[in-house]
Amino acid sequence: MALIDLRDVTKSYRRDQIEIPVLDGVTITVDGGDFLGLMGPSGSGKSTLLNLLAGIDRPTRGSIRIGEVEISRLSERALAGWRARHIGFIFQLYNLIPVLTAFENVELPLLLTSLSKKQRRDHVMTALGIVGLGDREKHYPRQLSGGQEQRVAIARAIVTDPTLLLADEPTGDLDAKSAGEVLTLLQRLNQEFKKTIVMVTHDPHAAERAARLLHLEKGTLVEQVKVGA
Amino acid sequence: MIVRKGTAAMTAGGIAMVVAVFVMTLAIAQGFRQTLVVSGSPQNAIVLRKSATAETVSAVLRSDVPIVEALPQVARGPDGRPLSSSELVVIIALPRQSDNQPANVPARGVGPKAFEVRDNLKVVDGRRFAPGTREINVGKAAVGRFKGLTLGSTVKFGSATWNVVGIFTADDAAFESEVWGDVDLMMPAFQRDGYQSMTVKLADPSMFESFNATVTGDPRLYLEAQREQDYYAEQSRALTTVIRVFGTFVTLILAIGAVFGAMNTMYAAVAYRTREIGTLRALGFSGSRIVAAFLAESMALALVGGVLGCLLALPVHGMSTGTTNFSSFSEVAFKFRITPALLAGGLIFSVVMGAVGGLLPAIRAARIPVARALREI
Repeated sequence: MALIDLRDVTKSYRRDQIEIPVLDGVTITVDGGDFLGLMGPSGSGKSTLLNLLAGIDRPTRGSIRIGEVEISRLSERALAGWRARHIGFIFQLYNLIPVLTAFENVELPLLLTSLSKKQRRDHVMTALGIVGLGDREKHYPRQLSGGQEQRVAIARAIVTDPTLLLADEPTGDLDAKSAGEVLTLLQRLNQEFKKTIVMVTHDPHAAERAARLLHLEKGTLVEQVKVGA
Repeated sequence: MIVRKGTAAMTAGGIAMVVAVFVMTLAIAQGFRQTLVVSGSPQNAIVLRKSATAETVSAVLRSDVPIVEALPQVARGPDGRPLSSSELVVIIALPRQSDNQPANVPARGVGPKAFEVRDNLKVVDGRRFAPGTREINVGKAAVGRFKGLTLGSTVKFGSATWNVVGIFTADDAAFESEVWGDVDLMMPAFQRDGYQSMTVKLADPSMFESFNATVTGDPRLYLEAQREQDYYAEQSRALTTVIRVFGTFVTLILAIGAVFGAMNTMYAAVAYRTREIGTLRALGFSGSRIVAAFLAESMALALVGGVLGCLLALPVHGMSTGTTNFSSFSEVAFKFRITPALLAGGLIFSVVMGAVGGLLPAIRAARIPVARALREI
């Protein structure tokens, strides 16, 4: 059974009586361990698709099943709990909390679990170790470079060992060198740690690293290209 | 919060002001009440005309005195005589030292046993007045507040001139605002022919009920007894109620302002941190956790204001001032009293203001759609 099963998903927004369609009947399946790249021009609906997968937005029609759970039917409260357990989110602008250290930022999602302080510390240090920032735990975001900030954000996304990693333009705000490091890290998470990743990107270099690529245009899937196969 | 130091400081400052006003007005009520309550001793009973609400509107006939004094519940001194003082309270007008305006001062004519009945009275300067002379003692709180009330000076009131021979204290009781002299000389000076009250020391505080029953049951007397403490507590009620009501009203209006201030600060905080809120929601934090976090922040900010307000109010503790007691229409000097309970009340009040001011912004924070919050820069 596929890990992600999106069936005939439609999403539209209402603005002043006018329906603005964003996604129109999208069907996608993703297997566990896949690294899927989503490409498309601005306004094609790729970020909306990612938000639907993360359960932070709801489809107008259609069903979204992730693992065993039909998430479009969960209540707001249940959805928050589900996100905490199953989703790791990586943002374009890192979205670290500026007043918290790298360690505290990574620890945040663990505060929703029943882990002890010691267990949380072990998890955080493991995650920071994987992203290569074990020595920066006491640094604040402003004391880190953009690439380092994004790696802290990735550590935060993986610290709960989620089912699915979602990345929204993870290299969109980085220079080529940092972007390369972040992409290598994502690839390693996919290949070495068998993480399922869905990544939205503009950047063809980033798209190359995905195992599978989908193009969205005006809310519909236009072609499916297998990279490197 | 750190980035918005200015608004946060203003909010805390506003709450500090409200709490300071709150604590100070209640300190006035507390101090005034305390002054009148310590005037009463648990072992004493005051005898007034039936249904009289204050000494000044009561009357005790000369013929009543031996009947009451002969009752078995009345304590006796070493000389075997009853510990009872038949008294007359007359309001005299004396110019205030501060503005030379006449103010009402109670002059109390007392019997020879008065100082034994009120055992908290101490002459701290000079000596007791000698019975049968136009000598007077002045309460410490009245000294310096009114012209002519200093040791060694003479003062004219009624139809006579009186010599101040002693200053007394009474543990901050209302008596300290009074002038005391021999009742048998005060009566003719004010053309009175009778007393207004009797204060008796009971052999035991538990005898009050039977004492009162005997007094009210005696067909020759038209009198009733009250515990001295109850009487003075009742005397303070009218004014403390007014102070409390007025104080609460002023505090309430200020509090509404402070709550809006807190609300404004918290709305700014929510707007400033919309993306942070979105991030936390995306990480799996529930809406109620977001509400709790913002409420906690607002309440903590208010608590800082509350502590500040208490510190601001604290210096007035023990400061003394005077006011006209509504029950006797005479000036009573008293001290501001800030009790730990009052401070705790102030702190709780500040936290409540923080919670009320923070609630709507916190709910708004939790209601922002996550996807939209994440798009905010």
